[in-house]
Amino acid sequence: MTGTQQQAKISFQKVRRVYDVGQGTFEALGGVDLDIADGEFVTVVGPSGCGKSTLMNICAGLETASSGTVTVDGVKVSGPSPQRGVIFQQYALFPWLTVRRNVEFGLRLANISRAERRERAEHFVDLVGLSGFIDAYPRTLSGGMKQRCAIARAYAVNPSILLMDEPFGALDALTRVSLQDQLLQTWSADRRTVMFITHDVDEAVYLARRVVVMGKQPGRIVDIIDVDLPYPRTEEVRLSPEFAQLRGDVWRAVYHQPPAEAQSRRHTA
Amino acid sequence: MTDTATSPAAAPPEVRPKPERRVKPARILRRVALGLLSAAIGLGVWVALWRAGLNGFPSPLAVLERAGDMARSGVLFSDAAASLKRVLIGFALGSLLAIPCGFVLGWYPTIRTIFDPYLQFFRMVPPLAIIPLSIVLMGIGETPKIFIIFLAAFLSAVVATLQGVLSVDRTLINAARVLGAKDFTVFLRVVVPASTPFILVGMRIGLGASWATVVAAELIAAQAGLGYRMQQAQQFYDLPTIFVDLLAIGLIGLAMDRLILLAERRLTRWQERRAS
Repeated sequence: MTGTQQQAKISFQKVRRVYDVGQGTFEALGGVDLDIADGEFVTVVGPSGCGKSTLMNICAGLETASSGTVTVDGVKVSGPSPQRGVIFQQYALFPWLTVRRNVEFGLRLANISRAERRERAEHFVDLVGLSGFIDAYPRTLSGGMKQRCAIARAYAVNPSILLMDEPFGALDALTRVSLQDQLLQTWSADRRTVMFITHDVDEAVYLARRVVVMGKQPGRIVDIIDVDLPYPRTEEVRLSPEFAQLRGDVWRAVYHQPPAEAQSRRHTA
Repeated sequence: MTDTATSPAAAPPEVRPKPERRVKPARILRRVALGLLSAAIGLGVWVALWRAGLNGFPSPLAVLERAGDMARSGVLFSDAAASLKRVLIGFALGSLLAIPCGFVLGWYPTIRTIFDPYLQFFRMVPPLAIIPLSIVLMGIGETPKIFIIFLAAFLSAVVATLQGVLSVDRTLINAARVLGAKDFTVFLRVVVPASTPFILVGMRIGLGASWATVVAAELIAAQAGLGYRMQQAQQFYDLPTIFVDLLAIGLIGLAMDRLILLAERRLTRWQERRAS
């Protein structure tokens, strides 16, 4: 949208999503505009019902917008694609497949040779630290391990974008922190564009270069907060006064939102 | 793709946790003891009923003796074979047809809306109630008996398969789609494996229903079979023979159920199960 800049990796243009609910309608998203640059790590945070998951699902191609468009690399999204990897909160591992077979799932669909499939699966399983469990079934894994397997499965098909829908939401605090660090480590190495949905303000600030704060009724962006903290982010960063300051800003933006009318006026002004 | 091409390939071999848990000898012993206890209780009740002098109730020994006679003359085996053959043919045909039908019904909402009322209607009619009709339509040969068993097996398996398809987790379907799966692949690689446990439960119920139905079908018109033999024995107040056949029906049914259970365990090892 800012013409001088390079073309955005992901671009949401006036994305609206309206659901029929009984007699009336529910406006899950009321015209969202957002550009995400190539290689950027963006988190989206907001109260439940603000449409953040809907926004991500539309980008993934799993849902369709009522109006408006989403483009990825300038191409309009019209359905799911292995180009856009998705990590679900509920892991969504195929329980009848072993870790290896889960990771190979997308590679099989891409008709990649058996030998290369094997090699790639082993590489990514190793990357997420599950080598010892490569032939285990998901039911034998802990929540954190399941999500690591799901991450390996998404990485294996080499998507140019990762869409993550509260991926660490169901994990305990310690596991969550360690997975956040691992994710940042991988991101620092490959600079893959990440859109990360969360309801956790700490997580949103710690991971992102930009935090998108959403509000509800209708679902909309109320604020975008730049996080000027250096990467790699460490415990030192997490405990710094700057972090606390930003955390406070995001917190206020999430928890003390002005009513919808006032907000939309300010945005159109 | 550069990141994968240049990566160090195989991970160092690690000691993997054994996937199968070994059953401890103490547990096996406990199992056997409980099994024996279970048999002893059954036998005890039987003896008590016999001692109570319930209207000609035979003793276990008398029944065992009769079973020996029937086994020696071969009639027990030929009867069991006749019944089993009917069940296996009807059950195999029913299940084989039910699985594709269940998938189609589950996958296409329009087809489901059209055919579901019929399915529920026929499900509510016990197979036994179809016997008079099928005898009129198909005579008294093997066809009506096999048909009724087919119907019993088909209905339970088709409903289970349909339920299985309907209860496939949406997230799994989405996960497959974002990895590049198109409709048919989603069906083959997600819907089919995810419904397998449901199908096996349906087959188990169907087999039980088939076995129960064959005996009843033979009561009406047959020249051989466990149900037929009981019917004959009833006319002569031949209680031991009735007991032998009853036991045979129960034991064969139990064995078949265990076989399917074994197949189920094998095919759905991946499922989350409560430890028993």
